[in-house]
Amino acid sequence: MSPLDRIANVSILKQHEVDKLYKVDSRPALSTSDQFCFLVRPRIKTMRYIADIVNADKMSGRSRKYKIIFSPQKFYACEMVLEEEGVFGDVTCDEWSFYLLPLDEDIISMELPEFFRDYFLEGDHRWINSVARALQLLNSLYGPFGKAYGIGRCAKMSYELWRDLEEESESDGQGRKPEIGNIFLMDRDMDYVTALCSQVVYEGLVDDTFRIKCGSVDFGPDVTSSDKSIKVLLNAQDKVFSQIRNEHFSSVFGFLSQKSRNLQAQYDRRRGMDIKQMKNFVSQELKGLKQEHRLLSLHIGACESIMKKKTKQDFQEMIKAEHSLLEGVDVRESTSFIEEHIDRQVSPIESLRLMCLLSITENGLIPKDYRSLKTQYLQSYGPEHLLTFHNLKRVGLLTEQAAGETLTAVESKVSKLVTDRAAGKITDAFNSLARKSNFRAISKKLGLIPRVDGEYDLKMPRDMAYVFSGAYIPLSCKIIEQVLERRGWLGLEEVVRLLNGNEFSVSDSTVEDNPTWESQRVILAVFLGGCTFSEIAALRFLGKERGCKFIFLTTAITNSARMMESMIEAKA
Amino acid sequence: MGPPDAQLWLWASHTSPGGMSLGPGWLRGEQPRGTLTCLLPQWKSGQLVQLGWTASEDLLCIQDDGTVLIYNLFCEFKRHFSMGNEVLQNHVLEAKVFHTEYGTGVAILTGAHRFSLATNIDDLKLRRMPEVPGLQKPPSCWAVLSQDRVTIVLLAVGQELYLLDNTSCSVVVSELRQPALAGASRAICTPPSSLEKFCEFTSSVRSPPKQMVWCLRPRSRQRAVVVAWDRQLMVVGNSTECIQFVLDEDSYLVPELDGVRILSRTSHEFLHEIPEASQEIFKIASMAPGALLLEAQKEYEKESQKADEYLREIKDQKLLPEAVSQCIEAAGYEHEPDTQKSLLRAASFGKCFIDKFPPESFVRMCQDLRVLNAIRDYQIGIPLTFTQYPLCRDPAAGVGSGPGGIGVVGGLAAPEVERRETSWPSATPCQEGAERGDESLEPRSQRQAPREWPQAAQGRVRLALRKDFWGCPVPAAWQRCWQGGEVAALCPQRIEGRVGALQNALDEYYKAKNEFAAKATEDQIKLLRLQRHLQEDFDKPYLDLSLHDTVSNLILDGHHKRAEQLYREFKIPDKRYWWLKISALANRGDWEELEKFSKSKKSPIGYLVRAFLAGGGGQPCPRVGLWGWARPWALPGAAHTG
Repeated sequence: MSPLDRIANVSILKQHEVDKLYKVDSRPALSTSDQFCFLVRPRIKTMRYIADIVNADKMSGRSRKYKIIFSPQKFYACEMVLEEEGVFGDVTCDEWSFYLLPLDEDIISMELPEFFRDYFLEGDHRWINSVARALQLLNSLYGPFGKAYGIGRCAKMSYELWRDLEEESESDGQGRKPEIGNIFLMDRDMDYVTALCSQVVYEGLVDDTFRIKCGSVDFGPDVTSSDKSIKVLLNAQDKVFSQIRNEHFSSVFGFLSQKSRNLQAQYDRRRGMDIKQMKNFVSQELKGLKQEHRLLSLHIGACESIMKKKTKQDFQEMIKAEHSLLEGVDVRESTSFIEEHIDRQVSPIESLRLMCLLSITENGLIPKDYRSLKTQYLQSYGPEHLLTFHNLKRVGLLTEQAAGETLTAVESKVSKLVTDRAAGKITDAFNSLARKSNFRAISKKLGLIPRVDGEYDLKMPRDMAYVFSGAYIPLSCKIIEQVLERRGWLGLEEVVRLLNGNEFSVSDSTVEDNPTWESQRVILAVFLGGCTFSEIAALRFLGKERGCKFIFLTTAITNSARMMESMIEAKA
Repeated sequence: MGPPDAQLWLWASHTSPGGMSLGPGWLRGEQPRGTLTCLLPQWKSGQLVQLGWTASEDLLCIQDDGTVLIYNLFCEFKRHFSMGNEVLQNHVLEAKVFHTEYGTGVAILTGAHRFSLATNIDDLKLRRMPEVPGLQKPPSCWAVLSQDRVTIVLLAVGQELYLLDNTSCSVVVSELRQPALAGASRAICTPPSSLEKFCEFTSSVRSPPKQMVWCLRPRSRQRAVVVAWDRQLMVVGNSTECIQFVLDEDSYLVPELDGVRILSRTSHEFLHEIPEASQEIFKIASMAPGALLLEAQKEYEKESQKADEYLREIKDQKLLPEAVSQCIEAAGYEHEPDTQKSLLRAASFGKCFIDKFPPESFVRMCQDLRVLNAIRDYQIGIPLTFTQYPLCRDPAAGVGSGPGGIGVVGGLAAPEVERRETSWPSATPCQEGAERGDESLEPRSQRQAPREWPQAAQGRVRLALRKDFWGCPVPAAWQRCWQGGEVAALCPQRIEGRVGALQNALDEYYKAKNEFAAKATEDQIKLLRLQRHLQEDFDKPYLDLSLHDTVSNLILDGHHKRAEQLYREFKIPDKRYWWLKISALANRGDWEELEKFSKSKKSPIGYLVRAFLAGGGGQPCPRVGLWGWARPWALPGAAHTG
């Protein structure tokens, strides 16, 4: 499902006399209509594609009307490309300021999956503007945010740009009663580890296995146990799903069987009913029961399918390796597990993910492993991944340990030459260059690996670690928890330093700080670069524990596979 | 001093510490490019002792008989006068031209070791100074000082320093250790009204210096003395340390308003204190706002997002206006047009991000620099510094009463005035300079961006001004600069072209010292060639498979020898090879070969279960004997297949 389907599906478009829909990435389909409307993201490539169509029409002497609607906003460079291609006069442009798509009661997505690669890999700042405008929009809808926290460069820039926009527009939203009391912005690169772990919460597992697109999933024939695949919207309206989405997978099956027994019992009630009761039952309850029945069978099917896939891929073994990576034990064993994983060509994405996880948790691979794993990978999946590795190195997902040390040597030499202040700056610069992960130190500082005696009770979780089978508390969520608890960054200096800084905490003086207000309990968590369902589940859990409500604004829903895919250099 | 060398540049300068050299004089026969501008006629007069310039840019030629000939700037004879009979009889030993508040004066040391002065040559009044007791040989050095209508002579004789005024001669300092050196130093260093010691510096050089001049430091408002020996230059100030330079050839020092010119036969250097703006910007690892802005602009030119980082750095400190002013100011002090341009470009770039930055300073600097660059051209040859420039541009400064000064004033100080209003009797270098400046300065266009600003830069500025500047995407092309070769290499169809492109990538990787990538690329070239052979030999597609898949396919097709060859050639790790061979054989159902293989070498990974897993357990294995190797941790579900 695409974002457009959520807003205006094909039938609505047809009602508005849309003749046919084409995808922009495929070659232009021949059409006889004399009007084209392009609804596109502002991308150079797309502009060239449009220009090609226009120019081809010009060559064949056909005259059409062309309209380009940029979403979420028009970029000057796009117009320039149109100008370069000589079609600027032939098209009319428009903007559709589409920033926010509510996927669920508490999830708002900007549907910008390209944000991650554009910003973190290519260093392209264009989407920051979009984020700032999205914040502006939220601000105008729900009143000013009382307190803003954030960490990460992008978060800081977005926040500042938003403040600037706010000042420029001089909106009269001031003095309104705020509905969202707190906002927390976070860059994805603050916590890659969480995004790289295999998800074991039901919603996350469904996303990992079937790919949830825009809040809906395509269940294939193996789930539906028919020869058709079914599109299912996954949100709070789905009564079955809303009860299991945040559960650890191990408890889902039990829940579903319980549910089916309940359902059966309700069906069974009709026995011994008189006519009137029966009429009532059919007219009022049966429909709901039928619906529930259908959903239940779908989710059971999905569970079975997941089980089948996960046992096939040595899922348990992989989870074990992941957990030991997170804890930092048996690193040698995990390394050889990854090596075997690559050798057996299990899955290019999975192998890459494990390599990255190893690198990040170990603060870079030791040179020998770095070389050998990469060689193995290239042998398995082809040399074009040399570029993939280059990308991963740039974002700091897959690095070599020695690199950091040589940098330090240069650093100390340079800093001898210059003043103290400049030396500090240079150290910072080198730090950001090397993008050290420092995961181990942060993990110790924040206690991300819960120490439990005996079995971790996944059915009755005590902390957010349950989203990773009790092995690891998601770093991103832990930071949010800590900051909200302390109402600032005080006491977290060490963590902030390890995360490379750029933290901020601002309280809006124009907003009255009234703790009795309901808004104080509402927190908008903004993930720049995407957030995973595991994180959402963890924060929902936290919200339940603390009696507050989290609302999520993310550039896109992501998971480990999406992240890796965005790093892979496509085979041309 | 004899008639001037035809090629030698001669600079005359007002020697008093506060004065400056305005119109440089030409005594050279011709300009470097050969246009004759002024030629001193064949010298037919007597022996020349000293040349000098008056405040009104006239040339004074002092002969040994005391006659002083005056020429104008273009070497046309004006008049002459004599320094009196006494001088005529005793001849001139040494002469000095000096400047007072009335005008230019001439001081003469006669052969009888007496001094004669004329404090103003336009209103000639000769004065004979009293005798210096015991002066039997010329003083080791002497100087004329003038203040408050009193003109005095300071001279060093032996170990003593004398002060000579209209009526008497008195000893000021005695027991100079190095009479020549120290005497000279004090003679120049001391303000005449209160003879206080300005500084004392002991140089390690034994010989007396050739020349000593003041070096003014406009920034720190302190003075220093530049002392020249034959091959050494020393800058001495109020400290025990000094700065030393080596002179490559015989040089002559000319003190100026903001520094010292060092002229030699082949070079012309300018020694001055580095202005603060330039220092801030060009200091190593400087984090001054101007330096960051310059860096930001450079990155912007390279289309790198770092530009934004630098800009943010400045903006965060709210120093952007300072940064722009700093860049504009520093541009003025630069002599290289390229550096000037890059600084101004940075300033104009920075200006885009400030709401209301007054444009005057920028426009004015552009105009000034254009004029300065024009007159600095070797054909004009007036290398004024930016600090000296306003003094000659602004008539109110008064000093610029010489024709050179007026020329520039006419050319630019009033751009609103009709162009080239000033008329000149003949083509003079000054006028040329003024015209050049004038030409590029359209009247009434003061507020416009400079016309000769590079078109590209203007375009960029325009781009930057657009409000969606941050939205302009980064072209993919330059992001991957040096990877580019390889990306290309992976797509084209033709193998030769691909190998060539890969070879390029390989070279680049070596250059970048990325050994790993280089090795990988090398392997890929090897693999591509091999795959082509395989494709030809077996008539099956092998190209573009990974190494693993290539070997695996070879085994599937039963080419075990070839597979073995690749295994050795590419040093495939044993584990991988066993894995792929067993799975490929199992997939093929080639149990005989599998058995053969099992006997060849001990497997690092175990056998059968994996074979079943790989082969999907579809075909039962006929040889139960192989079971022995099945490893206990093999997966459940496989165990009962057998």
